[in-house]
Amino acid sequence: MLAELGLAALWLAAGLAALQLLLSVPTVRGSVDGARTIRAVAVLQGILTLTAFAALLVVFARTDLSVALVFENSHSAKPFIYKVAGAWGNHEGSMLLWVTVLAVAGAVFAVLARRTGERTLIAALGAQAALGLGFYAFLLIASNPFARLNPAPLEGRGLNPLLQDPGLAFHPPTLYLGYVGLSIAFSLAVGALVTTEVDSRLARAMRPWVLGAWILLTLGITAGSYWAYYELGWGGYWFWDPVENASLMPWLAATALLHSINVLAARAALKAWTMMLAVLAFSMSMVGTFLVRSGVLTSVHAFAIDPERGTFLLALLAIYVGAAFVLFAVRAPRLREGAPFELVSRESGLVINNLLLTVILGIVFVGTLYPLFVEAITGEKLSVGAPYFNAVAGPLALLLAALVGVGPLLSWRRERRPVLRRLTIPALLGLTALVITIILVPHLAILPRLGFTVAAFLAAAAPLPLTVRNPLRAPLATWGMVVSHFGIAVALTGMAANGAFTSERLAVARPGQQLSVGPWLIAFDGVTPTAGKNFTALEAELRASRGEGAIILRPQTHYFSDPPMETSEAAIRTFWNGQLYTVVGREDPSGGWQLRLWWKPFVTLIWAGGALIAIGGALALLGRALGGWRRLRAHREPGWRERYI
Amino acid sequence: MSRAVRFAPLIVLAALLVGLVWRLATPVDTNVHSRLEGQPVPAFSLAPIVPGKPGLASADLASGRPRLVNVFASWCVPCVTEVGVLKQLQASGVTVDGIAVRDEPQALASFLARNGDPYERIGSDPQSSVQIDLGSSGVPESFIVDGRGIIRYQHIGPVEPSDVPMILAKLDAAK
Repeated sequence: MLAELGLAALWLAAGLAALQLLLSVPTVRGSVDGARTIRAVAVLQGILTLTAFAALLVVFARTDLSVALVFENSHSAKPFIYKVAGAWGNHEGSMLLWVTVLAVAGAVFAVLARRTGERTLIAALGAQAALGLGFYAFLLIASNPFARLNPAPLEGRGLNPLLQDPGLAFHPPTLYLGYVGLSIAFSLAVGALVTTEVDSRLARAMRPWVLGAWILLTLGITAGSYWAYYELGWGGYWFWDPVENASLMPWLAATALLHSINVLAARAALKAWTMMLAVLAFSMSMVGTFLVRSGVLTSVHAFAIDPERGTFLLALLAIYVGAAFVLFAVRAPRLREGAPFELVSRESGLVINNLLLTVILGIVFVGTLYPLFVEAITGEKLSVGAPYFNAVAGPLALLLAALVGVGPLLSWRRERRPVLRRLTIPALLGLTALVITIILVPHLAILPRLGFTVAAFLAAAAPLPLTVRNPLRAPLATWGMVVSHFGIAVALTGMAANGAFTSERLAVARPGQQLSVGPWLIAFDGVTPTAGKNFTALEAELRASRGEGAIILRPQTHYFSDPPMETSEAAIRTFWNGQLYTVVGREDPSGGWQLRLWWKPFVTLIWAGGALIAIGGALALLGRALGGWRRLRAHREPGWRERYI
Repeated sequence: MSRAVRFAPLIVLAALLVGLVWRLATPVDTNVHSRLEGQPVPAFSLAPIVPGKPGLASADLASGRPRLVNVFASWCVPCVTEVGVLKQLQASGVTVDGIAVRDEPQALASFLARNGDPYERIGSDPQSSVQIDLGSSGVPESFIVDGRGIIRYQHIGPVEPSDVPMILAKLDAAK
């Protein structure tokens, strides 16, 4: 019953989306007054998709094997949390999650949006409905999550064991919330291009959505990076894998948008550019979803590949992004640029930020798709890996990080004060870091060395915007910016330290043997079998010490039977100054075991920095929300109750 | 804003779509093809390692008929099972030559005594230098070389019994 209820809710929601789209056209033209109906329809649509998603969650929680999706992706012996997480750990479920977030975001937007003009708002809701419609069609025609099996099988096929991890419970939904949060920015941009009402009110309406989506993308990417780090057992935090790049590209576009939107909000400038970025950010989300879901690029994230679905998603991508780009090309000349600004000003700082971010985005985009185009043209197969991305995007990212220390100190319109003098201490700190690395580690590669230098500079320069006035009186949004920018310095330190000082040891060891890695001496005590809820395991015992008392690490190899697969579970111990990372591999014929040991100084700073960046975003969002709420209480527009309730 | 700038995003999108449509329409070929296929065998001359059996030089391969060159080693476990298949190929008239990578004469002699010996010539490659020149990344690998000394096919991993018809067909095509 539940599955049918979910399916019915989806069909109804699709019908409502069609109604919302059809009604929005005459409303924007002014021939019909459908604004209240459209808002109600948007809310209803959100509730219906939530119902459908809840139905899928319950079906998975109960392991109802008569539903094909549960049979294919779940198993009665699985721990409860992974049964529930299994609902979105597959193609159909994740697309339902995507649609749900899209519709719920549309509903929340319909209820809360007050800042833009009514026509732009309705046009944006129409665009949101058009987006929804395509994805409903995709779900209902090409990937129905509620399809039944008759007769119902006795046992499910299980879930990819790599995905049986707390990381899975949060990483994909967080990313999806981020991806789809950008859909509101897309719809608002499309709406504003339709009505040509691109102004600072639009920017203020768009900003919380971009900020919220950006926070979630930051968290999702950080969490995904940590998940790959400890679950795959390769000891790396970023692999420049196509699927990772698929999440990085919307983030880069959203980061650029987040900064340019401030120019639009404060100075009504960069209109066309900001609209382009708003369209681009969500387009990148769709490109990312397509790359992940269609399997056109070879990746460690080997999802199910289905040409029909790929074609469908590609058609949606072509229609939406193509339509938005055409609209942009037609309407951009009608946008009047706002107040001019001088060469040295906050505006130019943000323009440089946008340029660098866009170039990095282009580099990642080209690197990700280059193998595809080379194969299409010459038939030659190749892969583009970390050396390209690090060498090309790395220096630009460092330059950007260095400028992050300067930009926020500039004032709007024109800067007449001697700003560089305020940067004396940060610059001296950066230089000191450079000199120290040259003396202590003369043979360091150039990127980690510059990484330390820029990180030291930025860590000292980031808090400077707070020192103009009493820091406690500074707006929450300024605090948020400072925390985020400081987070960049923290993450950069972690990356540089990881690149510079990681010690790695690969060895075949017999029980009783001792190995050294970095400052650690590690004794291998042997391997014992053990078992978990739905797997058996081999567990190695390692005693590690560096002078004082020994600690025990127990890396494991898990053997799953449904589906048959083995995963290595790294044993990681975190210290204030780094992580000891150990993996046990196979037994070799001579009776030794493959061991991989890493000492990674300060590697945790990478994710701590990512978390700080997100926390800064959250502070800014909170500041904006509180400000908006205060303004709203101070002067409510007349008749607001009639309009919104 | 100039027309070119306004339409630039559309052009990028069109290029992307063309690429992706092509990818979806063309089945993915997951095989890795050797860059040396169609190229002459790199020049080498390897000393003998087994008493009574000649060594192997690139000149020996341009013998006027196709040959199968097997890169192997006595310390390689998959090679043990592969030898049986190679003997089967030899029985059907195929000339098999060997390149023994990082091997010891005694270990190799007992390997051949235990598992059988399909090889006409065996050259010793103590530093893997010829293996690297051939673009071989491990043992066992096999190369089909035609009568003029040109590499026609590189087989990565052991030749399985199920590969025999394919190998024979490729040898036939290399004539």
